[in-house]
Amino acid sequence: MKRRQYVIGAVSFAVAFVIFVIPFIFVVINAMKSAAESARLDFRLPQKWQFWQNLTDVVQARDYMLLLAYFNSTVITVGAVTLLVIFGALVGYVLQRRPSRFSSFVYAFVLTGLMIPPAVVPTIWVLQEINLFKTLHGMILIQVAYGLGFTVLLYRAFIASIPRDLDEAAIVDGARPLQVFFRVILPLLEPVTVTVIVVQSIAIFNDFTHPLYYLPGRENVTVQLTLYNFQSQFVSQMNLLFMNILLVTIPPLIVFIFFNRQIVAGMTSGAVKG
Amino acid sequence: MTVKHTGLTALTSVLVLASGAAGAQQLSILIDNNPDTIAITEALTAAYSAKNPGVSFDIETRPGGGEGENVVKTRLATGEMGDMFSYNAGALLQALRPARTLEPINDIPNFGAIFDSYISTVSDPDGNVYGVPHKAAMGGGILYHVPTYERLGLEIPLTWEAFMENNAVIAADGQVAPIAQTYRNPWTSQLFILADYYNVQMQEPDFADRYTANEAKYATTPAAMRGFELLQQAYEAGYFNADFGAATYNDGLRMVALGEAAHYPMLTFAIAAIQQNHPDEQDDVGFFAQPGDSADANGLTVWMPNGYFISKDSAHIDIAKDFVNFIATPEACDVITESVGAGGPYLIEGCTLPDDVPTAVAGMLPYFEQAGRTAPALEFLSPIKGPALEQLTVEVGSGIRDAQSAAALYDGDVAKQARQLGLPNW
Amino acid sequence: MKRKSHYPYWFMLPAISVFFVLFIVPTLASLYFSLTIWDPFEARFSGFENYVQFFSEPFLVRGVVNTVGFAIVTCVLKTILGLLLAVLLTSGVWGQGLLRSIVFFPVLVSTIGVGLLFQEMMHPTQGAINVALSWIGINGPGWLTNPSLALFSVALVDVWRGVGLATLIYIAGLATISPDYYEAARIDGATRLQQFWRVTVPLVWPATTTVVMLSLISGLRLFDLVWAMTRGGPGFSSDVLASVIYKQYQSGFWGLSTAGNVILFIMIAVIIAPLTYWFNKREVES
Repeated sequence: MKRRQYVIGAVSFAVAFVIFVIPFIFVVINAMKSAAESARLDFRLPQKWQFWQNLTDVVQARDYMLLLAYFNSTVITVGAVTLLVIFGALVGYVLQRRPSRFSSFVYAFVLTGLMIPPAVVPTIWVLQEINLFKTLHGMILIQVAYGLGFTVLLYRAFIASIPRDLDEAAIVDGARPLQVFFRVILPLLEPVTVTVIVVQSIAIFNDFTHPLYYLPGRENVTVQLTLYNFQSQFVSQMNLLFMNILLVTIPPLIVFIFFNRQIVAGMTSGAVKG
Repeated sequence: MTVKHTGLTALTSVLVLASGAAGAQQLSILIDNNPDTIAITEALTAAYSAKNPGVSFDIETRPGGGEGENVVKTRLATGEMGDMFSYNAGALLQALRPARTLEPINDIPNFGAIFDSYISTVSDPDGNVYGVPHKAAMGGGILYHVPTYERLGLEIPLTWEAFMENNAVIAADGQVAPIAQTYRNPWTSQLFILADYYNVQMQEPDFADRYTANEAKYATTPAAMRGFELLQQAYEAGYFNADFGAATYNDGLRMVALGEAAHYPMLTFAIAAIQQNHPDEQDDVGFFAQPGDSADANGLTVWMPNGYFISKDSAHIDIAKDFVNFIATPEACDVITESVGAGGPYLIEGCTLPDDVPTAVAGMLPYFEQAGRTAPALEFLSPIKGPALEQLTVEVGSGIRDAQSAAALYDGDVAKQARQLGLPNW
Repeated sequence: MKRKSHYPYWFMLPAISVFFVLFIVPTLASLYFSLTIWDPFEARFSGFENYVQFFSEPFLVRGVVNTVGFAIVTCVLKTILGLLLAVLLTSGVWGQGLLRSIVFFPVLVSTIGVGLLFQEMMHPTQGAINVALSWIGINGPGWLTNPSLALFSVALVDVWRGVGLATLIYIAGLATISPDYYEAARIDGATRLQQFWRVTVPLVWPATTTVVMLSLISGLRLFDLVWAMTRGGPGFSSDVLASVIYKQYQSGFWGLSTAGNVILFIMIAVIIAPLTYWFNKREVES
């Protein structure tokens, strides 16, 4: 590594630290203060560190609602992301490989999902008709519908960079369509799949507007809804609010740390070199 | 689900009421997430369950404000409301189509104990009444810091002129901001207009009716315009705290409790929050009605409290009615006082307040004790309230827009709402 | 007779049926409901009254201008910064793995969390940003309370939050460029800057398409961050179309709000459709 790269790296770190890291330090510091200290909202270190007390206060609030919320959010996120990866890759694959009027139409159709703000009340009406209102699996399908456009967009763009020679070689070898997809294409999609998983699971985990409407009821509470409810409940206890933000940030962070290596590996392995 | 239950319910609820025990029943209540509402509902349901061991409650919270209103409307429209919910009286209640969605409570035994002033805000044109108040009546006016008033030798102002003179003295003193404004919570910016309604009514007694009938407008009725003008005057005089654009409701409470600001225009429900946030300073905060142009016509604009309402789709209507019947008793008032303190006069016959009420509540009671010194806020006299008022008052209070233009725009906003409600003459 | 395709359309059936039932059906229903005075309890047909009302709303024009301005500013910043960051973070600088994580991290945090955090940091008198500025003698502005600055502040936070995603997409795009191209360019004697313009920018074009489209659309549709930080205020100064629509919805004017949805959709289509055409043409050409 050249010296120049060290220098650029060090400068980048300094800038990135100020812009991206300091705000989170602010969250962490204030999450550990007492209510009175956190009301001043400054960078001073806590005079009295009360991490555990704030943590237990937040977790125990409203009958351990946060734990239930973590469970529900996890079910919704895992279910929806699994479906999105399979569905989205299939759609992106066919759309990219089989250009036709019909494909263009379907692509435009799916992309409308990126543009049109969902029609909330008619959606509630539809959900009730098919008995999915107020259910976790209904919420999963909603997230699949809303996340499909973005997922297909990513897969289609990525599949464009995979040479057709690969699938044609498999077809010549006698592979059937499903085999071509699952044996040849899907493994090559790993980098973009990781991206989809990371981005969609965070989007779904962080979504609060849709659960608010489609998933009413205390037993269906999600993590973002607790943050939202606690926002007014902890109005004079900024320390608990920041502790809650901290807790809500941790699951996506774990996902990211877990998948980060694969992202880097996927990017650098050159799996899709022409 | 509901169909399966209804057959059984009539029978079991009769049994429960008769025996006071047996067959466990659980009722759902949807309430807003205001800490007071939660504390009150928890205390009242616990008290009821203690008397009726077979009945328990599932309390669910929703956001406050417009988002919460949407949740309530959606649930009522889709039959997902459950048994009971807490909601505003007045204009907001009318938007729920009570005749179609709510169960009338005219037949509960304690119906006569509910004050007529409240009944009129929770009934439909056919005389069906839907709610029982679970809080005390509130006043809209000005919270003030008593030690500052004492230190500067100020008196409670009976006219707007006197109020502005007090502000001038406070500003000259230079130690505290004369008026706290907190526009990060935009709803707090409307107080000068809304709390001025007593003064409007003194000058234009039929304003509410003519306003509802599309005959009177804010921009063309000088008495109604006055509220916007007062806000503009206060801004132009530079009497607000320096961070008024970013301060929160809680900051406002802190400022007036700790003496960082001398005045905070607010509803009296804030007194409970001050008690909770600043227990040592609660007696430093006093309250007076927003003064008008004449000292002879000084009075208080009153807000009706939220009530409990019963969904027409409830599977436990009889028990729910028995519960709201319990709310209309002095016993229930005492439970409320015990859980969140005394916030003002109750609207139930026979309810009393303890002797040692907070200073600000004591400042509010005299208005209720003399006839003609209170008037309901406009939203309890008319079904129309434009949703953009709080943005407009933020603009006036921040010097972005003048009073005249804001009042004219508000009239347009009101017209839109009236057309959406399908009112005649719009 | 065509021979059976190796890319059968039925592969798309599961995804499309979910999408159709839960997205298209409600959307089509909303076209009807936009022509009604609709509240939770009933829908009365009212023709185009909602659309007329919407365009006579004095703040709508402001909302439209704000929406377009917001989308353009955030899109341009995210695209440029995202590409530069991606190039930097694939150039083998010291600690680039950790740097990637740091830049991407804000994408993870919930919008409400970010909004609340910056609301505190941007407080005009005691917020961390202005306190820090005062150390170097600058009297910081009212980021969110100054009506002419509020929307721009929200846009900066949106870039802060979203640039990591743009960077990630660009890194994925850069990884598909064969090093041979750079090798060839170097042999031809191209400088680093020339390599960037002649190799990186054209070959990363598919990623640019994705980044521009995503940030433009999300910019046009943006609601949650505005709502968390300013609620469109002070007054109406940071209102965007989506927040105007939401306010109508909140006020119980469901038909009016739905009409606003339709207007937003048309606006997005009018902006995005020509861009898509243009990008596709460039993609084919390169």
